[in-house]
Amino acid sequence: MGNRPPIVVIRNLCKSYFRGNQVIQVLNDISLDIDDGEFLALMGPSGSGKTTLLNLIAGIDKVDSGIIQVGGVDITSLSETELAQWRAMNVGFIFQFYNLIPVLTAFENVELPLLLTGLSKKERRTHVETALSVVNLSDRMDHYPGQLSGGQQQRVAIARAIVTDPTILVADEPTGDLDRVSANDVLELMERLVHELGKTIIMVTHDPRAAKMAHVIKHLDKGVLNAHPQTDF
Amino acid sequence: MHILKLIFKNAFRHKLRTFLTILGVAIAILAFGLLRTVISTWYLGVEASSASRLVTRNAISLVFPLPLSYKEKIRQVEGVKEVSYGSWFGGIYIDEKHFFANYAVEPETYLKIYPEIIIPPDQKSVFFRDRKSAVAGRKLAERYGWKIGDIITLKGTIYSGNWDFVLRGIYRGRDENVDETAFVFHWEYLNESLKKTSPLRADQVGWYMIEVTNPNIAAEAAVKIDRMFKNSLAETLTETEKAFTLGFISMTEAIVIAIQLVSFLIIFIIMAVVANTMSMTARERIGEYAIFKTLGFGGFHITGLIFGESLVITMVGAALGIFLTFPAAKIFGKELSTYFPVFIVEPETIYMDIGAALVVACVAALFPAWRAVNIRIADGLRRIG
Ligand SMILES: Nc1ncnc2c1ncn2[C@@H]1O[C@H](COP(=O)(O)OP(=O)(O)O)[C@@H](O)[C@H]1O
Ligand SMILES: [Mg+2]
Repeated sequence: MGNRPPIVVIRNLCKSYFRGNQVIQVLNDISLDIDDGEFLALMGPSGSGKTTLLNLIAGIDKVDSGIIQVGGVDITSLSETELAQWRAMNVGFIFQFYNLIPVLTAFENVELPLLLTGLSKKERRTHVETALSVVNLSDRMDHYPGQLSGGQQQRVAIARAIVTDPTILVADEPTGDLDRVSANDVLELMERLVHELGKTIIMVTHDPRAAKMAHVIKHLDKGVLNAHPQTDF
Repeated sequence: MHILKLIFKNAFRHKLRTFLTILGVAIAILAFGLLRTVISTWYLGVEASSASRLVTRNAISLVFPLPLSYKEKIRQVEGVKEVSYGSWFGGIYIDEKHFFANYAVEPETYLKIYPEIIIPPDQKSVFFRDRKSAVAGRKLAERYGWKIGDIITLKGTIYSGNWDFVLRGIYRGRDENVDETAFVFHWEYLNESLKKTSPLRADQVGWYMIEVTNPNIAAEAAVKIDRMFKNSLAETLTETEKAFTLGFISMTEAIVIAIQLVSFLIIFIIMAVVANTMSMTARERIGEYAIFKTLGFGGFHITGLIFGESLVITMVGAALGIFLTFPAAKIFGKELSTYFPVFIVEPETIYMDIGAALVVACVAALFPAWRAVNIRIADGLRRIG
């Protein structure tokens, strides 16, 4: 694996926001490589810019300066429309609050990203069923999010994230809203995705137990990254 | 799963709000439809008028009469097939509130020129023979429960005194747009009385009705007739029946314009109501639209979702409103038959209903869609939780 180029390459990334006429420098000259198949945990105090960095890597926000390459593509040079298409193909999203569509069943929620592909209805069904079986929710596919527990909803969200077989998975505090048991289920599931299916996961978390699952932990503080490589996995 | 299903599910997510909006649209479309029907009814006489009929009246004004002697002269004009004449009577039945059109005509020629007025043959022959008789439209007879043989008394306004008529016939219209609320009697009866009471007013008619052999020569015949009476004591103005009827309507144009304005105002108000519903909905779902965008759905899809939802709500309401328009128009027409002898919902009115609903749906979706498309994903996602 050592010779393979990193799947994510970030160079001299800067990002600031305006609040009124005040400039807030959120990310300051960040450089980072993430290898294919890596499980990276991003930690840091609240407001340190973790979500902002994750959003930039996932192509849902624009950088001020710097380069982000994902799978060899410089996403900072893509237009809004190109970026949307790129996300549909290359990024799986897992959010703190699951972000499922409440009027759609688990099956339909997982199917959503596939509607943007050219797959036939039958092919879509196969993909959705596979994704739901990976997260162990085959028996709940006709349930609406409101009929599922938090942990189950997050597993549906994970199925939605992996159904298109994206290049990277990004997770923003995926266990932040879950009880300890459900959080463990979700973390074990994510670890399985990395180990068994070779996925690359970039996860923002506050939870030390979550971070322990990761191969690499990075700390973000005041817009600057510090490496804390974890050795005991 | 289809996007259409999602649109429907979204539309009925907030049941009470959707229900109230649909109800509002239904009522607005119903009111709009009824007002449009009032307007089209106003112009129905114009539609019902024939292109091969002319009306000749005094050039100065409709209230001035023409000599009876013109009849034979008009008949001589090339292209004229039949000539009849009439006088507005303006009699009052019981009191002013019970208004209906009543006028004196020469029955035989009148019914020849107006084949759309249909009287059963037996009644017709009695009507022709009995000079003191009259015929009434089906709806008018129904309104007052008149039967053949009843004596009907009208109080004269233009011609003083109480006038008794025997109802000898009840006519119906050949087409839907024929006025079935008129009361028609013998011009001879009126004229004979005038000869006794006010001879100066005798042998005068209010207007001539002329049928030409071919609509193409109608204009030409009109010019010929008017030229013939140029420089005579009573100069004439001859126009097609359509122009004649339009002349009547122009007197009431202000009312029609007011009704038009109100009808569009209703659409404008309901537009604001639907727009409010849609922007509340879109504001609540801004996070969801951000999720769709995160997953790679474009502005086109988001716009589709919002426009689709607006269309579903508006069109369900419009369908309900249109559905209710027909029975409502029936009741409306019955209650107000004094003012609107014919009250039918025209296909054009339904097209306008649908058009108005489409405009409402699109305008209402415009701003919410614009906002949902343009909000930055990261900001939209922050609204969740
Ligand atoms: N759209 C925005 N406009 C202004 N400031 C923002 C915006 N998004 C984030 N911020 C600010 O940027 C900083 C980092 O935010 P965020 O990346 O969400 O932090 P974290 O996820 O580490 O808690 C915070 O101070 C936050 O208030
Ligand atoms: Mg955050």
